[in-house]
Amino acid sequence: MDVLDLSRWQFGITTVYHFLFVPLTIGLSVVVAGLQTAWYRTGRQEYLRLTRFWGRLFLINFAMGVVTGIVQEFQFGMNWSAYSRFVGDVFGAPLAMEGLVAFFLESTFLGLWIFGWDRLPKRVHLATIWLAAIGTTLSAYFILAANSWMQHPVGYRIHDGRAELTDIWAVLTNSTTLATFPHVLFGAFLTAGAFVLGISAWFLLRGRDVDLFRRSARLALVVSLAAGIGVALSGHWQAQIMTRQQPMKMAAAEALWEDETSAGFSLFAVGDVENGRNHVNLQIPYGLSLLSTNTLDGKVEGINDIQARYQALYGPGDYRPVVGLAYWSFRLMIGFGALSALLALAGLWLTRRGRVPAGRWAHRAAIAGIGLPFLANSLGWIFTEMGRQPWTVFGVMRTAAAVSPGADVASVAVTLVGFTLVYAVLAVIEVRLLLKFIRIGPHEPEAEAEAATPALAY
Amino acid sequence: MELTTVWFTLIAVLWTGYFVLEGFDFGVGVLLPFLARGEADRRAAVGTIGPVWDGNEVWLLVAGGATFAAFPEWYATLFSGFYLPLFLILLALIARGVALEYRSKSDGTRGWDRAFFWGSLVPALLWGVAFANIVRGVPLDARHEFTGTLLTLLNPVALLGGAATLLLFTLHGAVFLALRTTGELRGRAVRAARVLAPAALVVVAAFLLVIRSGPLSWAAVAVAVAGLLGTVAATAAGRDGWAFAASAAGIAAFTATLFTSLWPDVMPALDPANSLTVANAASSPYTLTVMTWVAAVCTPVVLAYQAWTYWVFRRRLTGEPSHAALH
Repeated sequence: MDVLDLSRWQFGITTVYHFLFVPLTIGLSVVVAGLQTAWYRTGRQEYLRLTRFWGRLFLINFAMGVVTGIVQEFQFGMNWSAYSRFVGDVFGAPLAMEGLVAFFLESTFLGLWIFGWDRLPKRVHLATIWLAAIGTTLSAYFILAANSWMQHPVGYRIHDGRAELTDIWAVLTNSTTLATFPHVLFGAFLTAGAFVLGISAWFLLRGRDVDLFRRSARLALVVSLAAGIGVALSGHWQAQIMTRQQPMKMAAAEALWEDETSAGFSLFAVGDVENGRNHVNLQIPYGLSLLSTNTLDGKVEGINDIQARYQALYGPGDYRPVVGLAYWSFRLMIGFGALSALLALAGLWLTRRGRVPAGRWAHRAAIAGIGLPFLANSLGWIFTEMGRQPWTVFGVMRTAAAVSPGADVASVAVTLVGFTLVYAVLAVIEVRLLLKFIRIGPHEPEAEAEAATPALAY
Repeated sequence: MELTTVWFTLIAVLWTGYFVLEGFDFGVGVLLPFLARGEADRRAAVGTIGPVWDGNEVWLLVAGGATFAAFPEWYATLFSGFYLPLFLILLALIARGVALEYRSKSDGTRGWDRAFFWGSLVPALLWGVAFANIVRGVPLDARHEFTGTLLTLLNPVALLGGAATLLLFTLHGAVFLALRTTGELRGRAVRAARVLAPAALVVVAAFLLVIRSGPLSWAAVAVAVAGLLGTVAATAAGRDGWAFAASAAGIAAFTATLFTSLWPDVMPALDPANSLTVANAASSPYTLTVMTWVAAVCTPVVLAYQAWTYWVFRRRLTGEPSHAALH
């Protein structure tokens, strides 16, 4: 492996790992803020207990997102210095805004929230968790604006051998950003919904704090279903934009080799990349044309045709991503996300009008379902980043030209192995800590009420 | 004033904020095994920075992001050139952040306290090494890529710089603990500050005199020395607040010395023809203008709510056993 491969693996591993924690942080921060608001408005003890219980799990997860996030900001410069020189004028701006606007907000107010239970008036304390939640959401917006610029560069010109910003509003209101942001946000709520549902089911299965967890399970089901619908709609919108902006990514996602009108949506295909065709392809007729163009006979471009077009446009070269990876990551993303939303729908049906699901299988399915949105989130990022290859900035800069020219194989290998090992150890610690606090469960009402009363020693 | 000057100054201010604020976080971590006897002491010591350490670390992230946005060439050269030291700093910051958040939630705290100690000591040392190299200059080629090795960065002056920041931050941590705790823990912190202050004064003065250049830096060196003398005097007199203010001023002036000596370069090369300057490393005037507006609007708000946080958690902590808020 050369420096380019190692750097790509490092970016892939550290980014996918970081994004295991981010959606849960975003989703749970709002769930916890919502529960605390319910406690503030009704004064009912169960809402306080739920706020504190889910708050503890939220913080365990948040810490991991913070420490793995520092690596993200540093590695653009460390492994991708040519990229940083070329795009810094455009790409650096949303990154700096993320720090100045979002990171300060979430870190400072989360510190106030954690340690402020017995220091701040209730209303002010409630405001701190909302401000932290707003901070995490803003952070997602700015980093997605930066990433969307790589998918669909706008508001810039090439000058003196680098990309220079000409219109910050174009970057911040990039059509790609406006579609990606809700998609990622709904994905975050789906993640938090599945997490809360699965853990609530675990308590219900054991008959512990049944009233409390029936309430949070029901809340999680509603959040999950709403988020699932939101993910699907925003994903559809995003796919239509992608078909226009990065047709190659869409064609690879569908293993569609030639231009087609009335194209079908592929469910299962075995491809032959060498010869640019499929051996087997099971399709829903008209599905792809309908999804991509909103008409049954819309034209969708195929990989071989786009490749020929790009060679004419950008010069000789292979402009195809890894088709098998794009195809399966896209399909599995949709599959896992849809399954998660269907579980929520089934759960709402089973618990309608105060019913309790018979047997244990429903609870077990909910527990197993915790993993689904995490898989979908990871596969979504793998799809959108790998599907953009060979470009790092679509149509403007190739990934091979972005890597640090001075980096040597040994250094990148050491950091790749180092980060991977440390992250593996942290994963074990984090999961064990989560399990420990889940087993402990919500504290007694008196204990929580005492801890949440102002004027106690730390 | 030119926008490049504004952004050079702003990045200097961000590093100043980072060193003044996270400096005492590092110091608390380095001093923990020496000052805290027993779990109650350790919990109180960690508790003094518990609510604020994460917000303090964001100063680093914003300094990094601001450098990326305002001086992309500087960001690219610095981060790719100082590859392995930055890797070590990252590992240390990861270990430290997790330790701070998880120690109160775990059954055993021994491992976490060790991670907190090393995770504080390593960056406290390496930031000095890094900045000594930045100010003195490193080998860069015509594309501004670093051509040295790890050993290039570990020269005697850089190691002196590492010793200077380590002493400076440890002293700052001692002074901070003296200000934020009571009882025996405070007594030990005061004694540590009395021992550390003269040592920090000598090493920091020596380091600054070696690397300083340009007339402006004389003023900064003078303030740094005055700040540390003030720390010595105020600790001797038992004035915790003044000692902390003086040591914070010392760190601010220390950072000011680095940046005034650097100007107008941002990353001098051994061959001056290849040096990165505020002019050739900068972003376009449009980007700098946009970012100036963002910074002008946001920075006062951030300063206000961070200051408020320190006000909320102003009360001194004791080594007495007590329960933490949310663990």
